[in-house]
Amino acid sequence: MNYLGIEPVRPRVALFSFTGCEGCQLQLANHEESLAEFLAAIRIVRFREISSSEQGEYDIALVEGAITRNDEVERLLAIRAQTKVLVALGSCACYGGVNRLKNSLDPAVMNREVYGDLSQESLPTRSVGEVVTVDLEIPGCPVSKPEVERIIQHLIWGIPYSFPAYPVCLECKQSFTLCRFQQGELCLGPLTRGGCRAICPAGGLGCWGCRGPAADPNYPEFFAIARQQGFSEREINERLTFFGGLEVTP
Amino acid sequence: MKLNLDLNVSHLTRIEGHGSIRVRVVEGEVREARWDVVESPRFFEAMLKGKGYRTAGILTARICGICSIGHCLASLRATEQAFGVTIPPTAASLRLLAKHGETLQSHWLHLFFLAAPDFLALPSVIPLLESRPELFHLARRLRGVANRLSDLIAGRSTHPVSLQPGGVAVIPSREKLLILGDELHRSLEDISAAVELFASFRIPDFIRETEYVSLKGEATYPWIGGRLLSSDGVEGAEEEYLRMTNEYVVPSNSSKWCRLSRPSFAVGALARFNNNFRLLHPEALQAAERLALSPPCHNPFMNNVAQLVECVQVTHEALRLLDELITDPQGEIMAPVTPRAGVGVGAVEVPRGILYHCYEYDAQGYILRADCVIPTTQNNANIHLDLSALARRYAVEGMSDEHLELLCSMLVRAYDPCLSCSVH
Ligand code: SF4
Ligand code: SF4
Ligand code: SF4
Repeated sequence: MNYLGIEPVRPRVALFSFTGCEGCQLQLANHEESLAEFLAAIRIVRFREISSSEQGEYDIALVEGAITRNDEVERLLAIRAQTKVLVALGSCACYGGVNRLKNSLDPAVMNREVYGDLSQESLPTRSVGEVVTVDLEIPGCPVSKPEVERIIQHLIWGIPYSFPAYPVCLECKQSFTLCRFQQGELCLGPLTRGGCRAICPAGGLGCWGCRGPAADPNYPEFFAIARQQGFSEREINERLTFFGGLEVTP
Repeated sequence: MKLNLDLNVSHLTRIEGHGSIRVRVVEGEVREARWDVVESPRFFEAMLKGKGYRTAGILTARICGICSIGHCLASLRATEQAFGVTIPPTAASLRLLAKHGETLQSHWLHLFFLAAPDFLALPSVIPLLESRPELFHLARRLRGVANRLSDLIAGRSTHPVSLQPGGVAVIPSREKLLILGDELHRSLEDISAAVELFASFRIPDFIRETEYVSLKGEATYPWIGGRLLSSDGVEGAEEEYLRMTNEYVVPSNSSKWCRLSRPSFAVGALARFNNNFRLLHPEALQAAERLALSPPCHNPFMNNVAQLVECVQVTHEALRLLDELITDPQGEIMAPVTPRAGVGVGAVEVPRGILYHCYEYDAQGYILRADCVIPTTQNNANIHLDLSALARRYAVEGMSDEHLELLCSMLVRAYDPCLSCSVH
């Protein structure tokens, strides 16, 4: 593959996974139509989920998952020390993701409920960026593979990538999706950064805000509409806190 | 005869999540043979408390990136059972189709990306791109059609959006169903090629008598809901899942263990096959024969083969379901849902075995108590005991350290363990 006769460097990419569902890593093995090209554009030197080979150095570390244990903190610091570029992959890595929901629970009670007397080590959930410096955050639960592919291309050619500033609503309009919010379902689309092609409203579900805030989200107006539609504070808060990427208090 | 062995595989590769193998043989005696899950615990059951019924399926999908559809479906079923909701038949067909897409996606991922490299003596599937591109593209095509099936029906293959309490939110157009049916039909040829490939692999010959637990099929091979069955003869209703699982916490493991009639039991494709082979599609039975899989089979390595047989089964079931949806006029896809206080259990056969969600709701539809029992949790003790028997047998036969390490790793991989799931 070359561009205008120039052979690009194939960056060495390593994947690491912390607390999460490994769904973001899985997206990298998906999008089958371009999988061969994707694998040809980079050199995967570490991807424990699908490969036993481990080669030393890497240029880009894709880090999935939130940080919830001391051994994870240590592993993450070692990765930061080795890599040129550290990318937080997915909402767990960017914001803590759904793992952040446990931070509002009493750790001792929570531990006893799940593990009885043999309690397990678990720190309050932190995003990757709360522990080390992150060069780039790719949000999404899961991340969108086409977007990851675009971003990797930008990294290869050294062109800065900018995420859409507009909200998910715009993508609903572009694809003529009926507005779920207008039909009486709660939807965080007006607050949330686009780029996912409004995949949830298209599938019949309001947006849950997995991609974090759009530029200048208008929280007061959103609250006014949501209350006017009859949604309780409890419902609104449950939705806003879900991925840990949005402001919570109205 | 092999006298000493010290095997330590920390963070085993090509499995989902973080787990470690430790086998120690001293003077011909197995002192230790352990399988430990070291994944960070996640506390979903605690996080579910106080959440509304519309959140439960969306939250629990995030337990696992590979079987998010299965988790969502078990969650929805638990909620619907608690509220006394029966979903419309068309919705049930659509849900099963989405699940079949996931089963295919997950089984193909396991067979080609996680298991096959061991049989081909490769570290991963990636070198195939250069050395045997036809195999790489075979795997890519098979996973592609599987993902497109889930994408079409559930809105997204990882973390579904259209599967909701009461049924499904949208139904794809007839045209899209037709295109997918064609694609699935064409994949049958690729499936035959996959069967031939696996028939050429030498599956380790290792037997340990095991109790197998799965859903009990009545008229069809079972996937969603129904009675529970063990090959040792224990039977129960879906609500009696606790009697079938008996979870307990073990030290140094963030995942729990389970037992039934013996110190351990197994769930998964092999368990489903052993308990329900009579209900398989003729083509699936033929594939089983080609792959030398016959019931009852007590070789854990044959779980790979049972998964492949299920790929044949699921593809034929999906073709039939698509055909019905295309030819019959489509009815309701959503039943009304009114919360009420109560308890509900949802049992679903996900790729790695039977999965249970159980929720207790208050009258407003908020969760008071949640319990999820995961396939890998149910397999943990069995993996442990298999490892011990494997080490005993091969260590005394004088197998080399490297070969034994490979066999132990292959054994764990054969169960296709999912550790982020198991530490939910
Ligand atoms: S962001 Fe979502 S898909 Fe990615 S690891 Fe976290 S829970 Fe899984
Ligand atoms: S459905 Fe949601 S994202 Fe789409 S237009 Fe309506 S409010 Fe915006
Ligand atoms: S619609 Fe909202 S919740 Fe869905 S993927 Fe887009 S940003 Fe995430």
